[in-house]
Amino acid sequence: MRVPPGVTSKDFSDAIKRWEEAVGREWVFTSDEDVDLYRDSYSPFWHEDLEPIPSAAVAPNTAEQVQAVVKIANEHRIPLWTISTGKNLGYGGSAPLLGGSVVLDLKRMDRVLEVNDKNHYALVEPGVSYFDLYRYIQDRGLKLWIDVPDPGWGSLIGNALDRGGGYTPLRDHFDAHCGMEVVLANGDIVRTGMGALPGSKTWQQYRYGFGPYVDGIFSQSNFGVVTKMGFWLLPEPEGFKSGNVLVQRHDDLVPLIETLNYVMNSNIVQGTTTIGSPLLMSRAAAQTASGAGGSALVMSPGGPSVEDLEKIGREQNLAYWNCELNFYGPPKVVEAEWEYAKEKYSSIPGVKFIDGPTYTLPYDPKDVDKLPKRQFGIPSLTIFGLMGRSEGHMWFSPIIPMTGEAVFEAQRVFGQAYHDMGVPAINQIFVFPSSFFPRSFVILCGFPIYHDVEKNRRSREVFKGLVKAAAEHGWGEYRTHTAFMDTVSDVYSYNDHALRRLHETIKDAVDPNGILSPGRCGVWPKHLRKART
Amino acid sequence: MSKRAMRLAMAAVLFGACAAAAQEKVTPSWTVATVSGQGQPKGYVEYQKYCIVCHGEGVGRPGTLALQAKYKGALPALLDKRTDLTPALIKMYVRNGLTVMPTFRKTEISDAELDAIAAYLTRNNKP
Amino acid sequence: MKVPPGVSASDFAAAIKAFEDVVGKEWVFTSDEDVALYRDPYSPFLGEEDELVASAAVAPDGVEQVQKIVRIANQFKIPIYPVSTGKNLGYGGAAPVYSGSVVLDLKRMNRILEVNEENAYALVEPGVSYFDLYRYIQEKGLKLWVDVPDPGWGSPIGNALDRGGGYLMAQYRNHFDSHCGMEIVLASGEIIRTGMGAMPGAKTWQEYKTGFGPWVDGIFSQSNFGVVTKMGFWLMPEPEAYFSGTVYVPRHADLIPLVKILNYLENTRVTNGMPDLGSPLLYIPMIQEIDVWNEGRGPAPPEAELTGLMARSEGGFSPDLEAYALRKGISYWSCKLSFYGPPKANEANWEYAKEKFSAIAGAKFVENESYSLPLTPEQREKVHKPQFGIPSLAMFSIGARTPTNPNPTNGHMWFSPIIPRTGEAIFEANRVFSEAAKEFGLPVLAFSLPSTYWERAFIFIFAFPVTRDAETNKKNRAAFKKLVQRAAEHGWGEYRTAPAYQDTIMATYAYNNHSLLRFQETLKDAVDPNGILSAGRYGIWPRHLRKEQA
Repeated sequence: MRVPPGVTSKDFSDAIKRWEEAVGREWVFTSDEDVDLYRDSYSPFWHEDLEPIPSAAVAPNTAEQVQAVVKIANEHRIPLWTISTGKNLGYGGSAPLLGGSVVLDLKRMDRVLEVNDKNHYALVEPGVSYFDLYRYIQDRGLKLWIDVPDPGWGSLIGNALDRGGGYTPLRDHFDAHCGMEVVLANGDIVRTGMGALPGSKTWQQYRYGFGPYVDGIFSQSNFGVVTKMGFWLLPEPEGFKSGNVLVQRHDDLVPLIETLNYVMNSNIVQGTTTIGSPLLMSRAAAQTASGAGGSALVMSPGGPSVEDLEKIGREQNLAYWNCELNFYGPPKVVEAEWEYAKEKYSSIPGVKFIDGPTYTLPYDPKDVDKLPKRQFGIPSLTIFGLMGRSEGHMWFSPIIPMTGEAVFEAQRVFGQAYHDMGVPAINQIFVFPSSFFPRSFVILCGFPIYHDVEKNRRSREVFKGLVKAAAEHGWGEYRTHTAFMDTVSDVYSYNDHALRRLHETIKDAVDPNGILSPGRCGVWPKHLRKART
Repeated sequence: MSKRAMRLAMAAVLFGACAAAAQEKVTPSWTVATVSGQGQPKGYVEYQKYCIVCHGEGVGRPGTLALQAKYKGALPALLDKRTDLTPALIKMYVRNGLTVMPTFRKTEISDAELDAIAAYLTRNNKP
Repeated sequence: MKVPPGVSASDFAAAIKAFEDVVGKEWVFTSDEDVALYRDPYSPFLGEEDELVASAAVAPDGVEQVQKIVRIANQFKIPIYPVSTGKNLGYGGAAPVYSGSVVLDLKRMNRILEVNEENAYALVEPGVSYFDLYRYIQEKGLKLWVDVPDPGWGSPIGNALDRGGGYLMAQYRNHFDSHCGMEIVLASGEIIRTGMGAMPGAKTWQEYKTGFGPWVDGIFSQSNFGVVTKMGFWLMPEPEAYFSGTVYVPRHADLIPLVKILNYLENTRVTNGMPDLGSPLLYIPMIQEIDVWNEGRGPAPPEAELTGLMARSEGGFSPDLEAYALRKGISYWSCKLSFYGPPKANEANWEYAKEKFSAIAGAKFVENESYSLPLTPEQREKVHKPQFGIPSLAMFSIGARTPTNPNPTNGHMWFSPIIPRTGEAIFEANRVFSEAAKEFGLPVLAFSLPSTYWERAFIFIFAFPVTRDAETNKKNRAAFKKLVQRAAEHGWGEYRTAPAYQDTIMATYAYNNHSLLRFQETLKDAVDPNGILSAGRYGIWPRHLRKEQA
């Protein structure tokens, strides 16, 4: 049996025994077979010693059990790594950052505590997946939509705490939360916002409560174990429409995005918009069998010029750029909004439009597989079919400004970075950005993972090179894989990493023994901090 | 106050506002960052910057409204039409407040700026 | 010269001298006359011994000066109290929570650092007021609207940090929520930048809120963990048009379906402006009518029969009162909806809203003004300015001398509980507060309607008058505290309050033996071990003062 670093065998077996008393023997996993299930299925360290493997896992069923488990861990100074549904694939999955940690698996806490269809919110436990909540709502015929990421089997709480995003108007998942319950490292339990008022009637209706608003420090963090979270839901709209805007020239991207900014910030277009390039995607498809990207999407030194590409676009009748706009609301409204958007875009010479259908809602559950699931808050796993032939992926996710100029710069910067690192064209992964969060773009690039040590080592090097190149241009990642948390944390270095030092000050105060998820997002407990530098 | 008196008071304010609107074809000074003092007496710029949002002309000016209710026409409701104010009185109100008018700190209106405002509001005093 | 509690006269003198070396003598205020400017003009303790007053004030002009001042304060253990523009009237003004603190007056830091039209954001310093930002945008002819509170002379930073609200679309009128990126001077004197600002040369500091790792911004709101010296805000692009329509419903019980349908329309963004509830029958003006009514331009007063019926009603209702209303065709409730956007979309949304509200028997609809934007100067003078992003001070007519009010107060303090977004909750809150007012010897409370500053919740904002009579003020303060308790017993908490009540209200947030407060105190002790920043703000006391307060 593996033992956590810095913990004696005796302390560990004592803790195991006490955990078994707290949650029941069957819910404490120590055999290699059981613990292996907690490894990251998409680990970029497959077959290497560097792969962080847990020592055990404990699966409590209630907040009270969580308190007991955490208290025991605190007393024995055993590092825990909390997961909700543990489906954070591409960002580390269910495996800890620090090898030998004990995984605190909250999947069994899967109660949907309340869904209110008058005030449109839900209160859930960490083990509730998007599928669970969707089914709960469908079963009861409630007129509510959830917002799902792609894929949809993750946890609402887990995803929000990692600050993930989706596709509908409530796509910023952390922003859509309202009220939390958190178990602290000393086993104490806290309710935030209005939840701090006993018998509160507005825990899921007013976020901030009174006094310092603490919720944010529990996201992308290791300051507590979240055991309940409220989420605002979207009342089912009566209509939906999407429309595609296509522009012919390279430089048209600038006004395309300018107008996108206006219609998004005015609430006319809602939900996530992804920038596309029919021209460059077609070239990428020609390059790789799977069409999963490649150097066609970046601007490589010595590669084709904008003029060359525009010529090809004219010859093959392919638009240079496009974006799909989504509208939510009564059918007459979404049609008027699309007309208005077209009016705004018509000043771009050569612009073309493709009208999408106007959906009248609610939809018939029988039709669910024909619908644009992401935009409708219907969870799915379809995205796994698009991944190409690999053994997994890891996400590189920088944030760039929402402007055409920034997209051009990203193409140049990453093209140059790949070139400088000698990455073959076929491996030059790039995607065009999406507006998962209002006001900025996320470039969500999936790096393939193989069960091949050399390939993964190389991938990791390239990943780090890209993080560095991005930082040199003022772009940071919004989220990252456990393998790169220190690397990414390091680039947020304003005033000698003052923000991280504030995080560490807080960490030392609220988790002095440093037992909660050590290293998450670059925040290490004091006793492990010196070792790292 | 009787209904008739109320209506008269209302009319007075509205009439004043209409007259102003007829004259004012320029951008209202309270909406711009840079107020030009060109051709204006000392303290004009400071008065526009700091005072007219409450004491200026037109609807939604609670200072003017309060003075209208207080004097009922015996004295002008618009401060910059008064001819009987003194610098000491003006400074006292600005630094001490009165009913819902709060005090103004020196970081909001410096002593020099307050002197200028006082000069502006007393510019028409009879010697 | 007053000396802060716990500080020796010689230490204070040394600190003052050190402050003067940093900012210049003229910007350190120690004379009685100058320090009096930092009293809360609406203090409910005006003139009493318990009035919260400053010992001195210091006014820096930039971040480096702020850092130096904070370091000096830390060195000599001087309690300081930062204010932005110091216009938090009704919630404490510029006076410190911990009496005898030195006010750190940031008003001179009034630079507008950036306004980006395409990405619709601004980056400002604490001394910038809503008027300043509005004027800057007007002068440059940018097609951007600022969401302003009423009144508009406060600071976007100060207001957002106290979690105030405004009048435009939901995501803009929640002022803290619409911020993006902060710069803070910690008690150590160190500067941090949050969100993407933690990356040197970041291109998205005002475009992506949460950066990487634990998101700390929230702990600096309604708090005392640092001095905020810069903040970014998302602004609203100027819409094509504005339209508003009002729905009127005839019966008392109709309030319940009215709110239910309103919630649906708001949460699906069919109506994207701020809904405004009123009662023609009970003479309750909508928020945007308050100034107009105060100025004497409201409806004619009720006739005697109606006045009598209202006096004999309970919770704004009696069968006779409702019968009168139905007979005379006077609506019980009204809700004004606002729409910002292209005219055709506004119209289609309004048609849809009418369709939904028609489920209420007898519902009537009136189309109000519609404007193509931007407004003309004439139109600008006619509208309720905050709904068009225009700052104003019109609301100071509340409590002031007006044609309808010959007896002005000395100010006001706000009692502001949050209640659920339902008609049932409105009725219950009125019943509970009305009974409480009787019990606590307060003036009879007429039926009141809440405001919709926040999505998804209602907020009642009751104004308590502040007088020049110490006995009356004492009585009102005691009643205020009792109301806070009564609200808490019903699961309703306040969202914000004046220093006089911060401990009382914080104490009602008592879940699990005040575990949240204990957590916040843990943070306080970690980031401000000497407890020099805004001691006591929102009930957060530094360790060395904690036992005293208990």
